[in-house]
Amino acid sequence: MTKVVAVTGNEAVANAFRQVEPDVCAAYPITPQTELMQRFASFVSDGKVKTELVLVESEHSALSACVGAAAAGGRVATATASQGLALAWEILFIASGFRLPIVMPVVNRALSAPINIHCDHSDAMGARDSGWIQLWSENAQEAYDNTIQAFRIAEHMDIRLPVMICYDGFIISHSIERIEYLDDELVKKFVGEYKPLYPLLDVDKPKSYGPLILTDLYMEVRRSQAEVYKKVPKVVLEVAKEFKKISGRSYGLFEAYRLDDAEIGVVILNSAAGTTKDVIDEYRAQGVKVGLLKPRLFRPFPYEEVGEALKHLKAVCVLDRADGFGGSFGPLYLDIAASLCNFKEKPILINRIYGLGGRDYMPEHAQQVIEELQKIAKTGKVKILKEYIGVRE
Amino acid sequence: MMGWKDIPPGMVILEPGSALKIKTGSWRAFRPRWIEENCIQCLLCWLYCPDNAVKVKDGKRQDFDFDYCKGCGLCALECPGKKGNKAIVMEEEVK
Ligand code: SF4
Ligand code: SF4
Repeated sequence: MTKVVAVTGNEAVANAFRQVEPDVCAAYPITPQTELMQRFASFVSDGKVKTELVLVESEHSALSACVGAAAAGGRVATATASQGLALAWEILFIASGFRLPIVMPVVNRALSAPINIHCDHSDAMGARDSGWIQLWSENAQEAYDNTIQAFRIAEHMDIRLPVMICYDGFIISHSIERIEYLDDELVKKFVGEYKPLYPLLDVDKPKSYGPLILTDLYMEVRRSQAEVYKKVPKVVLEVAKEFKKISGRSYGLFEAYRLDDAEIGVVILNSAAGTTKDVIDEYRAQGVKVGLLKPRLFRPFPYEEVGEALKHLKAVCVLDRADGFGGSFGPLYLDIAASLCNFKEKPILINRIYGLGGRDYMPEHAQQVIEELQKIAKTGKVKILKEYIGVRE
Repeated sequence: MMGWKDIPPGMVILEPGSALKIKTGSWRAFRPRWIEENCIQCLLCWLYCPDNAVKVKDGKRQDFDFDYCKGCGLCALECPGKKGNKAIVMEEEVK
């Protein structure tokens, strides 16, 4: 039984939290995440959930409290964005290093300075190598569905890693969309009872978290953690398969849209993928063979599968909603390029930076990119490898 | 030595009391010396020692356990001694 509602992305994710009912949630408000936690706090105050809500004085403390609660043996969630994620930075690595399955929506927002509250992906991109799993979401439905699945992925006994669920600030977090809620009971059954791995509160079996590991063992500890990421894609797909049974909605490692017979392609994350798919449909109607790849599991990056899905194309534009100052290309581009670099036959790649600080991504931007890709596919020539689009000269 | 396949998730230490295997005594640059005649048996040294290196038997202070005493000097700092005379003094190891 599903219920169709018109809600904001934040409201949908707060509802997912209510349905999962974590044991502990420590949080600090930050735009555009605030509405999510405010709504969840209401569920706590109204007695709808028994979650222990810890209201702390910063995001560094929020994530620290989550680490403590998860090590103690609880199912734990929090949420943040932008500067909040930046402030929690140090603890990100502790959560993943301790292998604590904390679930954390990140409502993507630009980083200061200059201060800006609107969407781009600089926050989560900066944390992409912190050892957290990242699931990216195009719309409110995906944010809701990913949040529910995140608990199963994080808590899987082969994985035990924290998960970020990324969705676009304001564009998704504050816009009202039609979405389908699953039944409370169905969600509860899907996530199941929480099984802690090494709970500190199991005092009959004393244990210690956080030993000092120096030159003699640090490499071995890191190597053993690296091994876990190889198992993540399989678990993500298993969880998606089960989720389909209860929801009817399909999820993969990424979405491939009209890509199989395409000659040119666009790679893009989150909400802008929706706009791009509409424009692709228009071009397809005119016979232009264009497709799209929208990563969902961005960390660990399923580079083999992504490479296979893109290698047949003639030209690909990777659109990044974050730049990497001083680096060569945007962060998404780098992973796409790495996925393709060892194939003999591979597309020509270009990188376009768009939508920083909430700058609207319009259909004409997608058109501009597709027009350019058609030229590159025909001539094999690239004028500019990387540039900003939608920016005034 | 442990290989990477033997590492427990999160490097959580599952064996209680395993710190006993690490003889922190080798870190010592300064060595506490107990002067028994100045000792009032208050056991503050036992309470403050971070490495459990002050031995106590039947409620009475014994000598240091130099396998684990890392020479931090906390005990000497906290020791009230008798009439202003410390019952613990720190001495350089090399001497
Ligand atoms: S010097 Fe430090 S480690 Fe040694 S006995 Fe005193 S307090 Fe304990
Ligand atoms: S702190 Fe000083 S006086 Fe007190 S028990 Fe230890 S050595 Fe004796």
